[in-house]
Amino acid sequence: MGLRGEAAIVGIAELPAEKKPSRSAFTIDQYARLAKLVLDDAGLDASVVNGLVTHGIGESAMFAPATLSEYLGIPLDFGERVDLGGATAAGMVWRAAAAVELGICDAVLAVVPGSLGVPRSERRPATDPGWFGASSNNYGSPQAEFEIPYGNVGQNGPYAQIAQRYAAEFGYDAKATASIAVAQRTNACAHPGAIFHGKPITVQDVLDSPMIADPIRMLDVVMRVQGGAAVLIANADLARRSKHRPVWLKGFGEHVAFKTPTYAEDLVRTPIARAADRAFAMAGLERADVDMASIYDCYTITVLMSLEDAGFCAKGTGMSWVREHDLTFRGDFPVNTAGGQLSFGQAGMAGGMHHVVDAARQLMGRADQAQVADCNTAFVTGNGGIMSEQVALLFQGE
Amino acid sequence: MSTRPIPEPTPVSRPFWDALAEERVLIQYSPSLGEYVFYPRTLAPRTLADDLEWREISGRGSLYTFTVADRPTAPPWADAVPQLLAVVEWDEGPRVSTELVEVDPADIQVGMRVEPVFDHDPDSGMTLLRYRPEK
Repeated sequence: MGLRGEAAIVGIAELPAEKKPSRSAFTIDQYARLAKLVLDDAGLDASVVNGLVTHGIGESAMFAPATLSEYLGIPLDFGERVDLGGATAAGMVWRAAAAVELGICDAVLAVVPGSLGVPRSERRPATDPGWFGASSNNYGSPQAEFEIPYGNVGQNGPYAQIAQRYAAEFGYDAKATASIAVAQRTNACAHPGAIFHGKPITVQDVLDSPMIADPIRMLDVVMRVQGGAAVLIANADLARRSKHRPVWLKGFGEHVAFKTPTYAEDLVRTPIARAADRAFAMAGLERADVDMASIYDCYTITVLMSLEDAGFCAKGTGMSWVREHDLTFRGDFPVNTAGGQLSFGQAGMAGGMHHVVDAARQLMGRADQAQVADCNTAFVTGNGGIMSEQVALLFQGE
Repeated sequence: MSTRPIPEPTPVSRPFWDALAEERVLIQYSPSLGEYVFYPRTLAPRTLADDLEWREISGRGSLYTFTVADRPTAPPWADAVPQLLAVVEWDEGPRVSTELVEVDPADIQVGMRVEPVFDHDPDSGMTLLRYRPEK
């Protein structure tokens, strides 16, 4: 069951993180720009592309693949929309690889625009208040009826409730979770595109940052930035013609378990456990084979629980494990070597693609100052909703 | 302050909200599944059995998890911090999202016993189900 490992990421693109958008572009224009960047990175022509994956475009609620196909002038044999929140990017990559391995496509664009710098209509002001976040306030939505009226909305409150449950079952060491943020900031300081490049922090800085929702403090939370990221997934023929060392997708797993954490069967044993088990089994790899991991990091607690549930340490031991290991790019277990979303920044939906690009950049040997020596196997997670829909990917260089 | 969102009953959920107005907690039960179900649905989860029926429960339960949010989770709660967001596990099994009231934030503990507080909103006529420590 599964992939043969014959589809590869052959190009990567990630815009430098910006606090404020330096240009104004519709998401459809952002998609086109990132598509050009990723094709140029691979050294391949747009004519090789016959598949496209998107999470949707701001200018059109429906028909996103067809609209993009028309705009780009690229006819598609596979037009896909993925709706998995922060797991969307990782979900895009395995779907694209599956389309390639089935012989449907030669090359598939997986592009995620991530800038709010979008032209605004002078005639039609935006009406959506915007604060429902990942919750739907539509009539008949379970969230509209049973979550939003109690203020159970956004991400900070729900993730804090996960952390509190974790604390009750296993204990909580704020210095341990802080150490994750510190290691990722060290990595960001070796990656010029990161929003916090040149701004190291200490564990004490994290502990002194304002409490947002107990036990989550400001420096445990991602930084929203403007940007965007993309990869190009292609078959072996194109991989041989591309400019860089191909990054083969060897295994994946996806598991969607619920929408709102209130209804999780077990809030502190997350869907990544099943997704990771399936990815490792498909790839025929062991946890010990992993040279670097890029773990979806909306919060420090997300990283900690993902490392546990993905099997890198025993359940309930993550707090001591992260203090015993060096998670920087020069450490014994490199995690989020470009800073992660905590310190590179979260460019909206492109935040999930940051982790795919981070891993591919390392396996291509293009991480410069932050390069992990002898890096051949990488593990990536995507995490959507409130640890409710998760994807695991395993990549290998040749 | 923007207006706080008020739930709007649906054809599926109306018995739950009507019961709250009478200070009763009414949720669904699937005899073939042998389990209580929340939130209201037309078919039972997992089995999709077409046998959901309404049953009254005590509404009592234990605190599954919580947080004390010092920063408002959204603009309508800007004047309501700290928000005491909570998930209660009913004695009958299902969990429900709620807020804690009549409690010092420092005294909140996962696992503590809690009881319903029926919070009537005269403007909308709706009753929200909040919780306080069991007396």
